[in-house]
Amino acid sequence: MSWARTAATAKRVLRQLRHDPRTIALMIAVPCALETLLRLIYSHQRASFDQAGAPLLAIFPLITVFLVTSIALLRERVSGTLERLLTTPLRRSELLVGYALGFGLLAGAQAVVASAVTLGPLGLHVRGSESLVMLLAVSVALLGMGLGLFASAFARSEFQVVQFLPLTVFPQLLLCGLLVPRQRMPGVLHAISDVLPMSYAVDGMHDLTRSAAVTAALLGDIGIVLAFAAAALLLGATTLQRQNG
Amino acid sequence: MSVPAVTVEHLTVTRGGREVLGGVSLDARVGEVTGLLGPSGSGKSTLIRVIAGVQSGVSGTVRVFGASPGSAEVRAELGYMTQEVSIYEDLTVLENVGYFAELRGATIGGLLDRVGLSDQRRALVRNLSGGQRARVSLAAALVGGPRLLLLDEPTVGLDPMLRRELWGLFKQLAGEGAALIVSSHVLDEARHCDRLVLLRDGDVLVNLTPAELIKRTGTDDMDEAFVRMIERS
Repeated sequence: MSWARTAATAKRVLRQLRHDPRTIALMIAVPCALETLLRLIYSHQRASFDQAGAPLLAIFPLITVFLVTSIALLRERVSGTLERLLTTPLRRSELLVGYALGFGLLAGAQAVVASAVTLGPLGLHVRGSESLVMLLAVSVALLGMGLGLFASAFARSEFQVVQFLPLTVFPQLLLCGLLVPRQRMPGVLHAISDVLPMSYAVDGMHDLTRSAAVTAALLGDIGIVLAFAAAALLLGATTLQRQNG
Repeated sequence: MSVPAVTVEHLTVTRGGREVLGGVSLDARVGEVTGLLGPSGSGKSTLIRVIAGVQSGVSGTVRVFGASPGSAEVRAELGYMTQEVSIYEDLTVLENVGYFAELRGATIGGLLDRVGLSDQRRALVRNLSGGQRARVSLAAALVGGPRLLLLDEPTVGLDPMLRRELWGLFKQLAGEGAALIVSSHVLDEARHCDRLVLLRDGDVLVNLTPAELIKRTGTDDMDEAFVRMIERS
């Protein structure tokens, strides 16, 4: 694998985003605005804000990175730039890692700013390590990238790719334990939630909210989210076929 | 005789259960401009995609500098301009060509001068005219001085002066040792090529030089010559 070609791809992705400052501003500002709204809603229930605010720090990157990645990859496929890139010395792994670095940096910036605002001025109380909160948020962003990459292979237009968001992300939001604790769900739904990565991201955020200890369960949750992210990226890589119809 | 850069033997391409190329054989040589000419739907772009290594449903033998299309050795030597202007609209001219240069481990040098885009180097591609975008796409294919250039309809939509300049550039690149395969549905452009492959309905109608075509058909009007070749086939 060539680091120069990988870095060139990551730089290209970031340059494209730089020419679209409105998207960057929305990605950074909207999570902060929503956490602020949540804080106002729970202004008299600090404990409830702590319970809901931390998981949201993991959910925002999933949604935004899924959308940005799936639309960016769809554009590459539809405009023919992907086909063209695959005739250059660039390898598929370099393209994927370049994308991961570019969008990962943006997702990292989003996670850091949202976490800093939520943990700082908004006063979210987290007993665990703040850097682990950010690590979990970045892991979920990578998961969103893999899912977005995979979804882009099955869409022919931006309208279609946006419809994959309710299909792939919303069920995870409903079943991850944000609305109802997973233990209280009917057995079938609990079993389904066990195989969905967001469940582990939210479990991890809940652990970080409740305890300062770096437990095996917490590390396991982070590891599972990273494993799902790697699997989603590998699955996405299989959709980058050089030869097409 | 110059060295073959591309050898195609008994190539058949099937897409959606339909045969779009049927038993095509040809070669393209180093130092020559090989023109793929024919009407829309004749199979020009499909043939170029096969040589670029991105077409599925392929049977037959295709070798590029002795290697398989799409292999790492071939990709290191290939410049490919797709029929659609496949570049990044949200990047500047310099950023677009610079990215393809970085992928090839090359520098841009005087390439933007060569395609007449020096004054637009800082412009976003989405703000350029159709002809200027086509030249950015061409520059992205030329960067790094590839030994084989596959140019799919590179002059479509360009004004006559620019078309003439680009054909001059193609001849110059061939003179510098590159092999060029250039497709066009404008049959009059055949006169700029060293060798002509006329395609119709996925078959090679003729494979000859412009001088041989004129001699065989008795006319130097390329549209008329093409019609006469169809009538004889």
